[in-house]
This record gives sequence, C-alpha cells and structure tokens, in this order.
Amino acid sequence: MKEILTALGRIFIRMPIGMLVVLKHLFKKPVTLDYPRKKKPMAPRFMGRQYLERYDDGSERCVSCGLCAAACPADCIYMEPAENEKGERYAKVFEINLLRCIFCGFCEEACPEEAIFMGHHYEFSADNRDSFIWTKEDMLVKHPRKDNPFKTLFRRVRKVYGVGEKKG
Amino acid sequence: MSAEKKTITLNMGPQHPSTHGVLRVKLELDGERVVTAEPIIGYLHTGIEKTMESMLYYKAIPATDRMDYLAPMSNNLGYCLAVEKLMDIEVPEKVKWARVCLVELTRVASHLVWLGTHSMDLGAMSMLIYAFRERELIIDLYEACGGQRMMTSYIRIGGLASDLPADFEKKVRNIIKTIREKMKDYDKLLTENPIFIMRTKGVAVISAEDAINYCLSGPMLRGCGVDYDVRKANPYSGYENFDFDVPLGKNGDAYDRYLIRMEEMRQSLKIAEQAIDGMPEGPYRAHVPGVVLPPKEDVLYKMESMIFHFKIITDGFKAPVGSVYQAIESPRGELGFYITGDGTNIPRRVRVRPPSFVNLGALPILTEGYLLADVVCAIGSIDIVLGEVDR
Repeated sequence: MKEILTALGRIFIRMPIGMLVVLKHLFKKPVTLDYPRKKKPMAPRFMGRQYLERYDDGSERCVSCGLCAAACPADCIYMEPAENEKGERYAKVFEINLLRCIFCGFCEEACPEEAIFMGHHYEFSADNRDSFIWTKEDMLVKHPRKDNPFKTLFRRVRKVYGVGEKKG
Repeated sequence: MSAEKKTITLNMGPQHPSTHGVLRVKLELDGERVVTAEPIIGYLHTGIEKTMESMLYYKAIPATDRMDYLAPMSNNLGYCLAVEKLMDIEVPEKVKWARVCLVELTRVASHLVWLGTHSMDLGAMSMLIYAFRERELIIDLYEACGGQRMMTSYIRIGGLASDLPADFEKKVRNIIKTIREKMKDYDKLLTENPIFIMRTKGVAVISAEDAINYCLSGPMLRGCGVDYDVRKANPYSGYENFDFDVPLGKNGDAYDRYLIRMEEMRQSLKIAEQAIDGMPEGPYRAHVPGVVLPPKEDVLYKMESMIFHFKIITDGFKAPVGSVYQAIESPRGELGFYITGDGTNIPRRVRVRPPSFVNLGALPILTEGYLLADVVCAIGSIDIVLGEVDR
C-alpha cells in the first residue's frame, strides 16, 4: 500500500513539480548569445592567435632566440635568425603552423623579450591549408598602430615594458 | 528448426550518440536481453603516454589536458603532483589551496556534463541544457585563470601558470551560490521523477565484491557502499585540512550512482568554499631554482632568473632515477600517474591509470541480463570519457 502511495505521489506531485521547473524557464531570458552578430568579451588572459609585438619606435622585439620554438609542445614554430646592419639579431623567417598549434601559451610564457603573445582573436577559419601557416608579416602588429588591440590585456610585465607605456 | 537458443550480434557504436564518444560495444542479444556486451576501444587512441615519454617534463602538461577533456585540471594536478613527488618539490600553501579549489570546481563541471548527458540518454532533454548553462560559469573561470576554456594547462610543476586573477574569489563565490541554487531545480526534475527512477533503479547493478575485483573506483565503487576515496585514504595537496563527507550508496545501481554524484557536487562546492575562505597569501610558484620556472616578472629583471628560465625551457630538468606513483581522486575515480625517471630530462616511462578505462571493464557485468535500452543507462552511469579510455 505504501509503495503504491509513493508511486502515485511521484506521478501526481513530483512530476508536475519537475514540469513546473521547465515551465518556469520558459519565461526566462535566454542565456545564449546571437553569436556571429553578438560576441562575448573574452577574458583578459584568453589565448587566441599569436601576435608579434614591436617596440615604440616600430622595431621588432623578437630577437629570434628560439625559446618559443623550444617551449612549443606541438613543434609548430619555425624560425631562421639573421642580423641586421647594426648587428642586432632578428627573425628572418618566423612561421607558426596554426594547424599544429594547440594554444597552450607556452611560447608567450617562454619569450624573454615579450615579443610573442597570444591575442584575443579566435576566428581564423580558412578554406585551404596553406593559409594556416602564419608568417611574420601576418603576425607583426601594425606600426604606427591606429587602434590598440591589447588594451584589455592584463599583463604586469607588459604594463612595464608595454608599447604605449613609455611615452612620458 | 532445432530448439537451440539463437542469439544475434548487434554492433553499437562507434558513432552511437549514447556511447559518449567513440566507444564500440559488441552486443550479443537474446531477444531484448543482453547476453554479453563487449566494449571495443581504441578509436580515439592518441598515444599520449608515448608522447609524454618523448617530451621534457614540463611540456607534457598540455598532453594531460587532452586525456580527460572534461576534467582538465584534475589531470594537470595528477601529473604535476607525480612530477613534484619525483623531484621532491614542496609547493607553497597558497598553491595547494588554489589547486584544491580549482579541482573541486572541475569535479562539479565534470559531473554537470555527466548529469546532462546521462539524463538526456534517459530522455530528460532539458537537463542537458541546464547543466551546460551552469558549467559555462566554471569554464569562464578557467578562461579567467589560464586563458583557455577547456585545455587549461593551468596547474604547472611547482605551482600555477600565473597568479590567480584579481576577481577569483568573487567568481568562485558566484559559482558556488548559483550552482547550489540550481541544484534544487535538478533535484526537483530528476531525483523523484518516476520515469527517471524506473530507468535507473535496479539497473546496471554491480555488487561490492565484483566492484572490488574489477578495480573500480570513484562513484562506481562508492555506489556499492565501499568506502574508498583517495582524498580520504591518501590525502594529497592538503585535502586533510578540509571537512567533507564521502557519500556512499547501498544497492550499486545506476540510481545510487546518480545520488552519489549529486551529493559529491554539493560536497565539492563545500570544499571549494572552504578553500576560498581559507586561501592563504603567498607566491604562486615554488622557489626551486633549476626545476620550477621563475615568475615571468623576475625573468625580465633578474639575471639568475633569466638564466634558469632559458635553461629550463630549452633543456628541462634532470629527474632522479626512480619511480613514483601518485593517485588523485578525479571526477571519475582514481587517476594515477606512474612516472619513471632515468636521470635524464625525459621520463623513461609514463603510465596513466585512467579511471574510466578501468571502470569500463565492468560493462559486461553491468549489462548482463538487462534489456538493450539499459545498455545506454549502464554506459552513461559509468561516466566514461573516451579520450581517457584510449589515451
């Protein structure tokens, strides 16, 4: 008898309570976004596509030390060093194969010059494989920079060494 | 026609949506009843153990994320604790507490996915949407901490990748509050729902003796009433400082496992709250020159840090000869890492004891004699992640 009562209670009381929960959600504002039109702001530390940073005067920060390539668990960074007329090292070739990249951020962490870092850009689909090999020209930030794409970034080191900081 | 019993062989998977990945189950059916169910694995084999054996110690951390992709922090923690044990590194108190907080939230996130998918397998469609909505909060916390939403790689050897974000406490408290609130809704939807009870109660039963013989762990084992939790049995990362209960089941069926996982989520929130309340101040990385990467701000200004930074990144560190085994309680059970160092900067052997792989071994027992539709419930209640099963 008790079992029948429990079963009846479940069917006629518990189940409608559960349905009420669903019904309540019917009148709530959806939490989803209308994605391609509306975008969620990424967290400051979000790691998207790599960029190569410049100094204030427009010269490249990268000295082609190869630490990022050494740190990369996926071996997706290829670089060839060269020296300019002043005797400074720079990367003659700097390529990242984004098909191999796993966006772990080890390159950014390894870089002793704060040259490479992961931006907030995460939409880079393409229809051929070659366009996923990013060269230096693709990754170097524009100079002089019109908009500052890194203003949302919170990096203590970049604040000290940062591009826009040394103006005064 | 002879009177012999005829069975048919049915192939389930590897593309079946209810097998939670690429699991293939070879079913031997007698009418609707399952005679044997043989899990066939290996469709997602990525050779992660071998990959880890070819890499420097610190580089293998992103590989551990990709095993159990629903609980990345747990995998990171297991691997890092094993390497720290091998290298004899003592991490700062703050790191321990932060790790516990993150790992417990990972357990909640993982159980939320399990709750959603398992109940969707059994027909409760809206549960999946609610569970993923709450999981999003935890994923956002990962993003704020480590920069990635799923493959976090946030827990590193000797500490964390970076300091906790400024609004960490606020975010965690918000998560705890929200999920506690929403869990009442889940209870209303499922716990007393007659359809859910009919589909899970008395289904996929395993006895305590069988569970021990099959080396099950986690909620699968505790569902049979065996009191074994690595957090209590062999505390790691400072779990002995936390006050929590280990829920136990009685019957060892799918419904008990459901109750246990729900209770575990509440306990995890409790632990996370304790961790955030008592979080001490301190550095986010241990100071062990030559083994643990120095903080990035030191690298830019201090010569010694810069030298160690270059050395560790290019050459790693040399581990002593010897083997260690470190087990943690991942959301699915006992996740163990066995690492053998041979004096070089690359491990000689890395062996992972994956909980879902071991738990999946009990599938023939769990499904024997039940109906075909209960196979889905059995697979769901094991809570497998095929990335971890195949590695």
